[in-house]
Amino acid sequence: MDLIWLIPLVPGIGAAINGLVGIRLFNKAQSATVACASMGIAAVLSLMAFVDLLGLEAREHVVVLANWIPPIPLATANGIGAFEVPWAFRLDPLSGMMILIVSGIGFLIHVYSVSYMHEEPRGAYARYFCYLNLFCFFMLTLVLGANLLVMFVGWEGVGLCSYLLIGFYYEKKSASDAGKKAFLVNRIGDWGFVLAIFLIFFTFGTVDFKAVANIAAEMPIEIAQFGVLSIICLLLFVGATGKSAQIPLYVWLPDAMEGPTPVSALIHAATMVTAGVYMVARNAVLFSHAPMVMEIVAIVGLLTAFVAATIGLVQYDIKRVLAYSTVSQLGYMFVAMGVGAYTAGAFHLMTHAFFKALLFLGSGSVIHAMNHEQDMRRMGGLRAYMPVTFVTMLIGSLAIAGIPPLAGFFSKDEILFRTFLSNRVFWGLAVLTAAMTSFYMFRLMSMTFFGKYRGPAWQTDNHENETSTDTHGGHGSWHGPRESPRMMTVPLAILAIGAMVAGFVGIPAALGGNNAIEHFLEPSVAVATAVPAAHMSHAGELGLMALSVLISVSAIGLAYRFYVQRPELAERMRNQWARAHRVLLNKYYVDEFYNATAVRGTMLSAKKLWQFDARVVDGAVNLIGWFTVFSGWLSHLFDKYVVDGLVNFVGWSASESSFSVRRIQTGLIQNYALVMLLGVFVFVSVYFIVS
Amino acid sequence: MLEITTAHYMVLSASLFMIGVIGVMVRRNIIIIFMSIELMLNAVNINLAAFSYQLEHVVGQVFAVFVIAVAAAEAAVGLGIILAFYRNKETVNIDEMNVMRW
Repeated sequence: MDLIWLIPLVPGIGAAINGLVGIRLFNKAQSATVACASMGIAAVLSLMAFVDLLGLEAREHVVVLANWIPPIPLATANGIGAFEVPWAFRLDPLSGMMILIVSGIGFLIHVYSVSYMHEEPRGAYARYFCYLNLFCFFMLTLVLGANLLVMFVGWEGVGLCSYLLIGFYYEKKSASDAGKKAFLVNRIGDWGFVLAIFLIFFTFGTVDFKAVANIAAEMPIEIAQFGVLSIICLLLFVGATGKSAQIPLYVWLPDAMEGPTPVSALIHAATMVTAGVYMVARNAVLFSHAPMVMEIVAIVGLLTAFVAATIGLVQYDIKRVLAYSTVSQLGYMFVAMGVGAYTAGAFHLMTHAFFKALLFLGSGSVIHAMNHEQDMRRMGGLRAYMPVTFVTMLIGSLAIAGIPPLAGFFSKDEILFRTFLSNRVFWGLAVLTAAMTSFYMFRLMSMTFFGKYRGPAWQTDNHENETSTDTHGGHGSWHGPRESPRMMTVPLAILAIGAMVAGFVGIPAALGGNNAIEHFLEPSVAVATAVPAAHMSHAGELGLMALSVLISVSAIGLAYRFYVQRPELAERMRNQWARAHRVLLNKYYVDEFYNATAVRGTMLSAKKLWQFDARVVDGAVNLIGWFTVFSGWLSHLFDKYVVDGLVNFVGWSASESSFSVRRIQTGLIQNYALVMLLGVFVFVSVYFIVS
Repeated sequence: MLEITTAHYMVLSASLFMIGVIGVMVRRNIIIIFMSIELMLNAVNINLAAFSYQLEHVVGQVFAVFVIAVAAAEAAVGLGIILAFYRNKETVNIDEMNVMRW
């Protein structure tokens, strides 16, 4: 158990090997082996750590790996505090559950990718696995971090990996744009998170989760006023909305579907996007002390769930439907957080990881089989061609629709139940969202697997007997949809089993269970609050369950009728509600709105700043430069004419004045002699005259 | 019989000296100028000898002998210079010897 620091490190080493050596030297088998082996080791270590954790009385284990930041004196609310951050990992029920999800599902997705990405060239293949491993490294760091700063390292790291993986096909403009969009939108959230960390240190004098929770538990609940805890929670929630794709920062997630499908499954469905939910659950004590922010969290979650579900109803891209479904389900989790049902939210996080990874991988299998076709209008009837994918995806869809006894039923009903206790209006919207979820999921299933095949024709000539050798078809020789290879279907099957049984850890008391997951997670989110736990009879709870199941089933039936039995009904609906349909299809024009306001505003202000720079700053610099040149020219003139002139004048005047005298120097000796003689005469004459 | 006094020698000496001076001034041939310089030296010698005789002091005659010796050396050096000059310019005309002018 002291080796939990190895859990993130092993994928990190895998990423380093693939990144430093693999991209240049490894063939596909080698890079895949390195990546999968490192994830496998991490998964085994996680499982071992988890088993050890179950045996611990305290249900908590902290490993301090190194003293990361030595004590730095910094001002806090209570005088000077020491900003000291150890590189520490904490294993407790919540992080134990998360490392199981991340490493387990991560491992399956690695295996799936081996086959899914096989068409990539060698270097890109190693690069892909390097990024994937790096992502797992950061994600495991995020969930295991014992303090906000270690978590933040993982937080930023997964953001980076998300950017790298969304833009994996960087030759494609849309992919690199989507990567940038994800990165920039996440930056807004990270801004909130960083501010929250600052404020937490300023308020509590520490950034350790446990220490912060202990101090916060002693503080009064901010029911009436919007105090410092509320501000911290609001900022944390801003961070969570960025990472977990909530309104208003959800826009990056649907675009993130530009990345390879396994990436969408791992990052944008199962693990990274749940980081925000995880973070809120991690700081449950803080949030419990800020009921107003809880309200905001619940409302934002609910709105996100509802809005995303409505958009999901009309999308045609199979991955986009799942993307909006993810946003919607994340909204659910935040509703759970907002009504104080942290364990229910974490439970849904776990079950959602299974069935959403399953659905994404299934859609990847479909896309693979359809030769990279993502438009559901050009699919249909695939049930006959790919039975394993169909069955597993059906299980996933039933799970997300909340049909008992699949995983989604237990977690979703737990959330619905807790929401019902807290706020009936929220509950109503949440149930409506659940109905839409069922509808769009079975719209997806119907359009993809039922009905007639609507896709492009394929050659059926002399390749009939090659099913065993060429099951997925290259770009040039596509032989129709076929079941994906084992490497892809086995992870699907495992995840399908997970989607079936994962819910059994949280059977509510009303159904004769003991809600094991809630008791298991309790220590992590233990909240010393006096939230009056409204109770309800088991009969009432069963009634709610029956109602939501009924709604889901009827929504499924409606979808089946609309898209399989009588497709013209859907057509008529669409024509009747053409305007609404167009709005939904264009995702409420949110991207356009953001483009018009935030993006254009930023660009405009940047342009204005650039102009200020170009005109005023550069102008001032240029003016100074010009002035220097001018004064230099002036002093050049002074030098040339005054100083040089003076010097030359001295020389010139000496030369000129000596002109007449130099005539004496004839060079003729006789002249000189004559002068000498005359001189003698003169001197002798003077001598005689004077004497 | 007219007695030859020191004054006569003085006149002779002065005459010879002036002849030498004029020779140096007006002649253009450097050899002639050279000879005129010798003339002036010998005029001085006569003067020295005459005063030595009158004053009955031997220094004058000693000095005259020195002058003769120096004149001999001077003649050797001077002729050497003239020869070197002649080799360069192929002339002995003093007007050509004006390299030391401005």
